[in-house]
Amino acid sequence: MHVILIVMRMETSDEALARAAAGGDADAFSAIVSRHYDRVFRLCFRLMGARDQAEDLCQDICAALAAKLAAYRGDARFTTWLYRVVVNAANDRRRRAATHARAADGWGEVEQARRAEAIEKAEGLDWLTTAMRALPDELRDTVALVLDDVTHADAAQILGVSEGTVSWRMSEVKKRLRALKEAENG
Amino acid sequence: MADELDDLKAAFDAATPMPGPLKKRDNIALAEKNFADLQGSRSGARLTTKRGPMARLGQGVMTMFQTMTTKGALTASTALVAVAVLIMLPEDALKMPGGDVDLSQPELKVTPKPSVAEDERAEVDTAVTRSDDLDGARETRGRDNLVAAPVELQDEGAAASIGATRQSTEAESFAAGDAIAMEEPMMEAAPTLSQLVAPSDRAMIAPASPPTAKRLIVEQDRIAPLPESNTETFANEETSPLKVTADDPVSTFSIDVDTASYAVVRSSIMGGQLPPRDAVRIEEMLNYFPYAYPTPEGPHPFEPTITVTPTPWNQGTNLVHIGIQGTLPAVEDRPPLNLVFLIDTSGSMQDANKLPLLKQSFRLMLSELRPEDEVSIVTYAGSAGQVLEPTPAGERTTILAALDQLHAGGSTAGQAGLQQAYQVAEGMSDDGEVTRVILATDGDFNVGLHDPEALKDFIADKRESGTYLSVLGFGRGNLDDATMQALAQNGNGQASYIDTLSEARKVLVDQLTGALFPIANDVKIQVEFNPERIAEYRLIGYETRALNREDFNNDRVDAGDIGAGHTVTALYEVTPVGSSAIRTGPLRYGQHDDAETTVSRSDELGYFKLRYKHPGEPTSVLIEEPIYPEVSEGSDDVQFSIAMAGFGQLLRDGDYLGAWNWESAIALASTARGDDPFGYRAEAVNLMRLGQALDR
Repeated sequence: MHVILIVMRMETSDEALARAAAGGDADAFSAIVSRHYDRVFRLCFRLMGARDQAEDLCQDICAALAAKLAAYRGDARFTTWLYRVVVNAANDRRRRAATHARAADGWGEVEQARRAEAIEKAEGLDWLTTAMRALPDELRDTVALVLDDVTHADAAQILGVSEGTVSWRMSEVKKRLRALKEAENG
Repeated sequence: MADELDDLKAAFDAATPMPGPLKKRDNIALAEKNFADLQGSRSGARLTTKRGPMARLGQGVMTMFQTMTTKGALTASTALVAVAVLIMLPEDALKMPGGDVDLSQPELKVTPKPSVAEDERAEVDTAVTRSDDLDGARETRGRDNLVAAPVELQDEGAAASIGATRQSTEAESFAAGDAIAMEEPMMEAAPTLSQLVAPSDRAMIAPASPPTAKRLIVEQDRIAPLPESNTETFANEETSPLKVTADDPVSTFSIDVDTASYAVVRSSIMGGQLPPRDAVRIEEMLNYFPYAYPTPEGPHPFEPTITVTPTPWNQGTNLVHIGIQGTLPAVEDRPPLNLVFLIDTSGSMQDANKLPLLKQSFRLMLSELRPEDEVSIVTYAGSAGQVLEPTPAGERTTILAALDQLHAGGSTAGQAGLQQAYQVAEGMSDDGEVTRVILATDGDFNVGLHDPEALKDFIADKRESGTYLSVLGFGRGNLDDATMQALAQNGNGQASYIDTLSEARKVLVDQLTGALFPIANDVKIQVEFNPERIAEYRLIGYETRALNREDFNNDRVDAGDIGAGHTVTALYEVTPVGSSAIRTGPLRYGQHDDAETTVSRSDELGYFKLRYKHPGEPTSVLIEEPIYPEVSEGSDDVQFSIAMAGFGQLLRDGDYLGAWNWESAIALASTARGDDPFGYRAEAVNLMRLGQALDR
């Protein structure tokens, strides 16, 4: 019995779990949340640019996931759907932050005070931070997804734009990064 | 070339931290708690909560069944295609352009009764098992299928059709597995064994369902205009929750005189399908109908009338009905009107119910305009630019000729259509004249500004300078209701959805004055309930119009506008203190000391406040009056609007309706039809009957 059980659990696809969870299965829901939490966090960090904001964003998403999952229809891959939830939640959060004119620590805040202890050890991070901040939101979202090994086609689905737009955005990102590099070197 | 990206990726990988384990644990626990709460709140779904190893086994068996029935589901889908064609053909035929004849009335007689396919479907359903059965049930309740559709393809042109085809394949492969009742929390009960055994009563009517519709797109050209539903987006929010007066006595919202939602609901139902839940905005269904509330006599341009009446769906509660009648200035006195039509001519507009219908609507409207009014036409996408210079409405021939030249086609060219339209509008406006840009589209908002926020800002900015924007939506399949709403709201205009020539007449002819001449801007309503009298209350509808309590007194917060002769209706369901219908239990701790919380203030149920601005004025005017407890039957208008609120709730969820059903809604609406000169209310009753049939 137990052997069968384990095998089945391992074979349960994201989509099957998501459907079961949407139908009210609490075990399935826990399983799918645990399975994807790290992945969601990683994307949150890449979208927001700061650890604490990423965790807060994760919290928003976790809080709303049960309700959102009830509407999951299963006609997109679960991860595609989930990434879309994440990107939308990130957008909501940014919009709220902008409305309330709160200072953000993430990519969004250009005048962010540099944290003194991070300076010397994180030259790479600093370049990354500068580079990400130089990008408008939609380019940042696109690059965060594509660098997370999401295909252009899937990124297009997640962002609700055409695949051509994703490719255009990526070439735009490259162009801007090159300009940034040149500015640094020159 | 890829160097920069590689650098970025390396930097990313190095910089991305692991999630904090404590935070992770808390977040997951939060997710689980909310999941459990959600299950608790929808009693039907609790039945499916299967825990423990045996349940897991059952799950596996179910998965197996679902896989096995894929073929059956496909067969069923074939039957559905037939159904879709049966329904759509007559409607298509009716919508063909054919002069200024009112073509919409015969539509009412079209009853989607797909008897042939029904039999086929029943056969299939008995042959296969549970999953397909539920598939049928789900499609019958098609309204949920679009809620938060995880993939909203908003691609332009070709990309969309490729996307649709790809989705169709996905939909097929999921047709069976997908069928767990995940999106029907309000079904009597989620899948149980009993349904496995006796599925036949579920397979009543199989309307054109989204998966089917998608599959049809491929052959669409040869068949009929079917909704490619998955590119439609609707603006909506969760149903306003019940509020406990003691905790939250103040309710604030902006008025809304849009009617688009009702027309979308009608077009869905006439197409043989319940509308997606998010397409139903109850306040727009109420406000679609003209009501004859008492006309204003005082100093204000409109007059609120408040009626308290028993709730038809709950004996323990009352409804507070707020009806606001806008004054109708003598039509002769209206200022000259400058209209700039910004018309989408992208290829998708060529369907009979889009550009051709727009042209006909336009002709109808032209006869309502005066010689001193001016009209101009700007197009975007496809053909581009100004196709009609500002022309006095008296020159009918010139205008009609320009109109006939319009044709949809070509690729979407990103023209600066919107800016051009506003430029033309500004050139036309003189002091004392009313200037409007009217955007007509089927969902392509590629008007020259790509960023939605920038677009809204641009429109809001122009609103300040006196040029307003109204939006007319045409056709289904690509309708971007959310953007329509956002643009019209930012432009102080109305969003209307035009599905038939008679709707065009209602929007552009019968109600031309109201739609185009504002009598009050930024109209906000705030109601404070008296916790000594009212234990709980909820606002029905207006979810997308909720305001913060402090916004009420802030004149800088934008809100809805009332046009000449408009009526606005809002309904609160209130539960009196001591009623058996109170839903929230008393608190054990933290009870307030009655003596200190409230000064005893007679038996008023609450206090109504309304703020508005005269057009162009920066500061608002306040109207206020108490809500008295006298309960009355209310006029036919009051009763009919209540029936519409019930109709909307039946389409959305019906959580608060108890045993009150379609039958009750139809009975109430029929008896309260009253004087119905345009036949709108008779049409609504017919829609309810169709809705009842589709909801089985």
